[in-house]
Amino acid sequence: MIQYNHNINEPLTPPEELIRQRKRNRAIHRGKRIKRGIYCAVVCTFLFIVSIIFLFPIVLTITNSFMSQTEIAANYGKVFSSLTGSRTFIAEKVTLKLIPDMVSFSQYSTALIKSPDYLLKFWNSVILVVPIMVFQIIVALAASYAFARFDSKFRSLIFFSYIILMLMPYQVTLVPNYLVANWLHIIDTRWSIILPGIFSPYAVFILTKFMKRIPKAIMEAAKLDGCGEWQLFTKICIPLCRSVIWSVAVLVFIDYWNMVEQPLIMFSDQEKYPLSVFLSKINSEDVGLAFAVATFYMVPTLLVFLYSEDYLIEGITYSGGIKG
Amino acid sequence: MNKQIQAEKNDKIKKYTKIELRERKNTLPFLIPSLAGVLLFYILPFAVVIYYSLIDNPIQKNFVGFDNFIQVFTNSAFKQAAGNTLKFSIIAVPLVVLLSLLLAILLDTNIPFKTQFRTVFITPLMVPVASIVLIVQVLFDYNGAFNTLLASFGVLPIDWLKSEHAYLVIVALYLWKNLGYNMILFMSALSNIPTEILEVATLDGCGSLRKFFYIKLRYLISTIMFVTILSLINSFKVFREVYLLTGDYPNALYMLQHFMNNTFKSLDYQKLSAAAVIIGIMMVLLINLLFAIDRRFSGGEDD
Repeated sequence: MIQYNHNINEPLTPPEELIRQRKRNRAIHRGKRIKRGIYCAVVCTFLFIVSIIFLFPIVLTITNSFMSQTEIAANYGKVFSSLTGSRTFIAEKVTLKLIPDMVSFSQYSTALIKSPDYLLKFWNSVILVVPIMVFQIIVALAASYAFARFDSKFRSLIFFSYIILMLMPYQVTLVPNYLVANWLHIIDTRWSIILPGIFSPYAVFILTKFMKRIPKAIMEAAKLDGCGEWQLFTKICIPLCRSVIWSVAVLVFIDYWNMVEQPLIMFSDQEKYPLSVFLSKINSEDVGLAFAVATFYMVPTLLVFLYSEDYLIEGITYSGGIKG
Repeated sequence: MNKQIQAEKNDKIKKYTKIELRERKNTLPFLIPSLAGVLLFYILPFAVVIYYSLIDNPIQKNFVGFDNFIQVFTNSAFKQAAGNTLKFSIIAVPLVVLLSLLLAILLDTNIPFKTQFRTVFITPLMVPVASIVLIVQVLFDYNGAFNTLLASFGVLPIDWLKSEHAYLVIVALYLWKNLGYNMILFMSALSNIPTEILEVATLDGCGSLRKFFYIKLRYLISTIMFVTILSLINSFKVFREVYLLTGDYPNALYMLQHFMNNTFKSLDYQKLSAAAVIIGIMMVLLINLLFAIDRRFSGGEDD
């Protein structure tokens, strides 16, 4: 039998006091919601403005690459004529234009087909960055396996010196790099940048941090099943690290795609400069071209970003915290 | 108590069986390629760099003590370069840490378009500086768009890139490039704060400001220190922006790397070595200082 607490003789309406309290509560809630709404609006507007500032230079570069040479000259002639002192036809004021009057691909066709110089410099960038990326990760995977698998005084000492090395600016590391390159007679060749790049400890740092999180039990189980160290490394460790390997690859790629210091010191010959340095050396008559080349140069990084934003964020997160 | 732990540790070390020791040895070959490369390209030559910084020239090899260091320190170009770099770091590093923390906190709250904003803020990380240098020139040249804009408010034009004001442009570029990375670090640190503690605080009537200063900040201290170190190192890399904007011999922004580049050109090994050693020592000291602050405030707990 069901027992009702409610006495049938009493009226069903709740007492006055309760109703008043509910109303008050609702009012407080509404106030809170309005406050929250205002907060959201303010924060969103602020972030939106910041976003526009952040994207502004990128978007402007891309749209300007679709302008014809004459349009560029008409818009920005004044800026770049003052750099060289020559006076071609110039508009009185500089006008920033977001959308070109007429979309033209003439700059791209000149940059990519008619003058192979830029493509060559682009190739210079690729031939420097790709080997560094690939081999740094291979070397670092092995090293971080050794670091993560066992701890000892010797290994932690080495790891500590890797961290110190990672924290050194180029102003310090380039001098020893240069000395070695000089001894090995590889100055002015690509090896002088690629070799130190391969052994840069950055990837080791992130990969070790990740590998230390792999449960020891997995390793033990594999060992019981008869895995040797090499098999453990290739069959267990690397597959588990797949996502973090992508992250490191992205981070290394953007770092070296943006290199300026090393080529300036190692190459005396401008022909070998990667596009990241050469772009600033494009002379002022070719400003229109420069926009096209600049856009062309950021396309690979933006593509990488588009497909691997999550990996990038994961990589950055793992790079955080030295002690961990 | 400590002794006991120590004793246990010793026991552990002793307890390695022969098999384990052999396993340890078996993992060593994995380290060799990396270690050999690092030794060859970084550590051994750095020892030579230290040696070079103490002798008069590579042919006669006379030991001259600290003469090279004194020469570098009294060199006016080095003083200017170090001063400029220091000035830049002092302005830019606190700014980038504070602003990225602010962005991370704003994105940590419950607002719409969170992921989109995050994406936008890390986009500059991906864009090579060389690609946007042109547009920066268009914006900040004496005849540039920014001055045109200022003129409409009645402000006299300023030569942004060639005067002292260049600092502002470079700081802006540095912030643009580095805010995203730091923001991600802060966001992950914020999400690692245990929610139970925050919930208890809310139940106890803690406002969001107090929650931030008394709880979140304590958890963030290590990350703040790490981000500071990182920003400091990246502030040394700002040479890229300066070089691409203003070239080999800028008027106002002669940075340390400019000094190094120009010394490389004259192949003065002694000066180079001494300068590298000085900068290296400075970095080690600074990093140690920041770690000491970290240890002091986060109560020595490792995370």
